[in-house]
Amino acid sequence: MVTQLSVSDLSFSYPDGTEVLKQVSLAIAPGEKVGLLGPNGAGKTTFVLHLNGILRASSGTINLGGITLSDETLREIRRRVGLVFQDPDDQLFMPTVFADVAFGPANFGFAPEEVDHRVREALESVGEWHLADRAPHHLSGGERRKVAIATVLASDSELLVLDEPTSNLDPAGRRELVALLSSLPTTQLIVTHDLPFVFELCPRSIIMDRGRVVADGRTGELLSNRQLMAAHRLELPFGFDPTNIASR
Amino acid sequence: MSGGHAHALHFHGHSPLHRLPAAVKLVGLLAFVLAVVATPARAVWAFSAYALILMVLLVLSEVPARFFLTRLAIDLPFIAFALLLPFVGEGPRFNLGPLTVSAAGLLGAWNLIAKATLSAGASVLLAATTEVPDILAGLSRLRVPPVLVAIASFMIRYLEVVAGEFRRNRIAMAARGYQSRSALDWKPIAVSAGALFIRSFERGERVYQAMLARGYDGRWRMEGQQVIPRTQWLAGLFPGIVAAAIMVASRLW
Repeated sequence: MVTQLSVSDLSFSYPDGTEVLKQVSLAIAPGEKVGLLGPNGAGKTTFVLHLNGILRASSGTINLGGITLSDETLREIRRRVGLVFQDPDDQLFMPTVFADVAFGPANFGFAPEEVDHRVREALESVGEWHLADRAPHHLSGGERRKVAIATVLASDSELLVLDEPTSNLDPAGRRELVALLSSLPTTQLIVTHDLPFVFELCPRSIIMDRGRVVADGRTGELLSNRQLMAAHRLELPFGFDPTNIASR
Repeated sequence: MSGGHAHALHFHGHSPLHRLPAAVKLVGLLAFVLAVVATPARAVWAFSAYALILMVLLVLSEVPARFFLTRLAIDLPFIAFALLLPFVGEGPRFNLGPLTVSAAGLLGAWNLIAKATLSAGASVLLAATTEVPDILAGLSRLRVPPVLVAIASFMIRYLEVVAGEFRRNRIAMAARGYQSRSALDWKPIAVSAGALFIRSFERGERVYQAMLARGYDGRWRMEGQQVIPRTQWLAGLFPGIVAAAIMVASRLW
């Protein structure tokens, strides 16, 4: 299989010795949309912060499109991996939406005209170009989420990593997010507790628990496996039955 | 630009004052304020001239007088303080109606009121005609160190976020029956301020991670800076230059 992202034997411990990731290995093919599920404290967010080198593993390797993460490739990897944080207020820190979307491309050394062009393209692709001059704190939750996605699209990311993208969204905002993410051809890794969201968007899912990958397979099959779900504190919303919905 | 969503001091418009580059307005404001402050208190004619300049600018800016005056209320504490001066001032005293006031104190009060009001008025006018991001870009255009501009920018960006957290904190305290009964009741307030500090600190860490994720490497890259034509500098600095000339004249005569 052609891989876009391959992680092998990644381990990470905090300075106090707590092991958060234990030999995590996984591979994702170009264009795949993969859900990353697991209970609180499973190490999902910690894992995600490794993908672009914000946290550095104690052992193991990360390879993205043929480039292995190291001090020399850090910058290139950060351009290729677009991380969308859980709280858009953390992600959107500039005084205007335009300046915020321009932050990545400007840092990655694109020429000023190219930066402007990329900002426009990214904001148009999430349907929010009209917000360019607004201040991030004046946007609605759904708008913030889409602008946060635009901030990473503007750098031409090959792998989009979203941490809890549906948190704090109203149902309409959530539905628009599904439509947006399914329309983007970029490879996506989606960390979430929102199981119907993953079921709708990601044909494949990975379950992490206590720092290990404990399951990897078709989303519908994983969600229908009651034993597996119960063992890892995963619960479907009341009335939601994946076996009743046409599987993807 | 952002119209109704701008900050409370801003008045949306397209007047000549709105269109001037922020960097020009900042330098102009600085020149005007320095001229006002350096003028001797006895030169009443000079202060009248400054007030006239400010009024002309206000008319040019198309900012309604009512809007301007309500924002100028920021000046009130200074005026209240200044009004005390004639009564506590030293030196020869004279009768003003039923009151006995100090001559030096009266001059001091006038000095403070005139200078504070004119300076605050000019600042309110700048804020009314300039969006915050433009002021920040203007500061960086004037080569204010990028780190300082970034700090100011973060402060503005997160002020409302932190204020929102503080508000929710207060509501949560009130919901559990907390009522501030006296100024000595400081403990819950101190605890919530501490919690707010920790949360802001943690947010700072997450924001920094988000910056790293998008390639931040310690260097702050501002967007391309446009060249400001000389005519705009000249037009924008004209009021400041006139004020400086008045100041010089007031010190000579």
